[in-house]
Amino acid sequence: MKKVMTIISAAVVLTACGGSESAGGIAPKVYTDSLFAVMKADRTNYTKLIIKRLGPAGSGSISPEEHWQDKNNGAPLPAQMFRFGAEAVAEMTSDFSYSLQSIWPVNSQNAPRTEVEKIGLQFIVDNPGENYYGEEELGGVNYFTAVYPDVAVAAPCVDCHNGHKDSPKTDFQLGDVMGGVVVRVPL
Amino acid sequence: MAGGKKWLWVLWLILSIGLAGYFALPLVTKQDQGVFLMGETTQGHHQIELECAACHTDPFGGKEVLQSACVNCHGDELKAVNDSHPKAKFTNPRNADRVKALDARYCVTCHVEHRLDKTHAMGVTLPTDFCFECHQDVAETRPSHEGLDFESCASSGCHNFHDNMALYEDFLLEHAKAPMFAEVARVIGRNAEQFSANPHPSLQLNQADAGNNITAEIAAQWQHSSHAEAGVNCSGCHAEDATSGGKQGWVEHPGQQVCASCHSDETEGFLAGKHGMRVAMGLSPMTVAAAKIPMHQAAAHKELSCNSCHAPHSADTKTAAVEACVGCHASEHVSNFKRSPHAQIAEKEGLHPDEVVTCATCHMPRIQAADGRVRVQHNQNANLRPNEKMIRGVCMSCHSLAFSIDALADPEVIKRNFKGQPSVHIESIDMAVERDEKKGHRSSVYN
Repeated sequence: MKKVMTIISAAVVLTACGGSESAGGIAPKVYTDSLFAVMKADRTNYTKLIIKRLGPAGSGSISPEEHWQDKNNGAPLPAQMFRFGAEAVAEMTSDFSYSLQSIWPVNSQNAPRTEVEKIGLQFIVDNPGENYYGEEELGGVNYFTAVYPDVAVAAPCVDCHNGHKDSPKTDFQLGDVMGGVVVRVPL
Repeated sequence: MAGGKKWLWVLWLILSIGLAGYFALPLVTKQDQGVFLMGETTQGHHQIELECAACHTDPFGGKEVLQSACVNCHGDELKAVNDSHPKAKFTNPRNADRVKALDARYCVTCHVEHRLDKTHAMGVTLPTDFCFECHQDVAETRPSHEGLDFESCASSGCHNFHDNMALYEDFLLEHAKAPMFAEVARVIGRNAEQFSANPHPSLQLNQADAGNNITAEIAAQWQHSSHAEAGVNCSGCHAEDATSGGKQGWVEHPGQQVCASCHSDETEGFLAGKHGMRVAMGLSPMTVAAAKIPMHQAAAHKELSCNSCHAPHSADTKTAAVEACVGCHASEHVSNFKRSPHAQIAEKEGLHPDEVVTCATCHMPRIQAADGRVRVQHNQNANLRPNEKMIRGVCMSCHSLAFSIDALADPEVIKRNFKGQPSVHIESIDMAVERDEKKGHRSSVYN
């Protein structure tokens, strides 16, 4: 009888654990959507509240520069700020990763590389306002990969990309999808 | 028959114990660990090769353990030069295929130690066309690179894997048209006195507290030294408890830690370079005899400490800038210094002190901290490899970027200690200018 009770207790505990995990788990889509919400908010705020104010049209006291470290008053561009965040996150966790990609990248290393990136980045350009979700295997690991549109939210985005000699596209307009934020979660 | 077998077993046992002891003893005593050396070590590492735990901090853990050891010594330097290929660039899963081809997350992928026979410039043990793995399509965005050999990316004075502070395209453009000599050719001036908050009054000869321990000649030297000026008495360095400010006892030859108690920045640099790295590991000081680069036989007995270059009782810092170097080092570059155009500058009349060029001007340059204070970099290896590190901090104080790149890419000019013009021309600035003229005229307030 004691043995039977032990088995039943163990079964209850195991069921409870499994049930708890199922009930409390976060779906990958919700997880990546939430992460992107934070990224987008910070990115937009940095662009509008810092770069737009301090750039040529603003105070001029701090100059947004690609090579900001070499300037006494240089400040990182919004895309660089975003990349520094992604690199800092990569040093803290491998539970998720993110990057800024585009089919018109200023740095060719940021062009789509995986099939999901290629399809997803084209999808968000062709379907403004929509996100793209997919799964892919990279390095023997399966990932849930979400691609979110990165929209030109302020004049400096458009002006800098259209004027950069490494930009493959020079006719961006305010509100255009310029690229995408790719968020990956290992499954 | 049985007795013979028994003796064989005993012999086997004795030999086994002997063999185990032979390998175990160095591990227990932490001495003579050369028995475990797998092959010759590189560059500065040979100085600490018998201190296995300097890199192999844990017998388990593999690459991660070695990575920590690499980063522990070289990490700050990589951050300071805005490393072009930090680990974070390769940890994103989108680069999994690249990592499979070239695992750039780990230093030891490219820099395998104990393989001197396979080691190229910069300690790289990979075939030198490794840039191909990720940049094989470079000509699509840089037509000027069409057909260039991938072995030439880093060997031609154009790119480095880690440090491109003086080589990136916009920097080339910014300095493309500078004349070969700067209008004012001088290095940054010393300004330590502006930051000095010395509360001690300067000391006179009759205040020396060495008793009979020093000669009148040494006392006279001390009287005119910056030590006396700063109120540092004989006991300040020679007392047994000098590092804690005490005045008890007498040490004839104070060690480097006494200097470090006041000169912490200089000591930090000294310990980070090849002159002091053994001391930093708690080993005996480096000797001239142990060096693997050309040195004067007559100096073989010398060992490296602060006093190797600085006479502690003297006010003269010039000895450390040239004489101390040429007293030990015997490469062609060093031997040719006194015949070089740099050395001849010192013979001009009416020269400003910051226009004089010495060994230290280039190899121990003055650097300015964020607070504005100018100090001498005492890690004389900090800008040696790759030598393009010297461009911004040293060469461009007096020369154009174009001349600096060409000169540093010409081994013969370096051997002659920069006597004569470079015989090579690096085309990176030309390429950048040509591309800029073709593509760089779009209107943007941010460019």
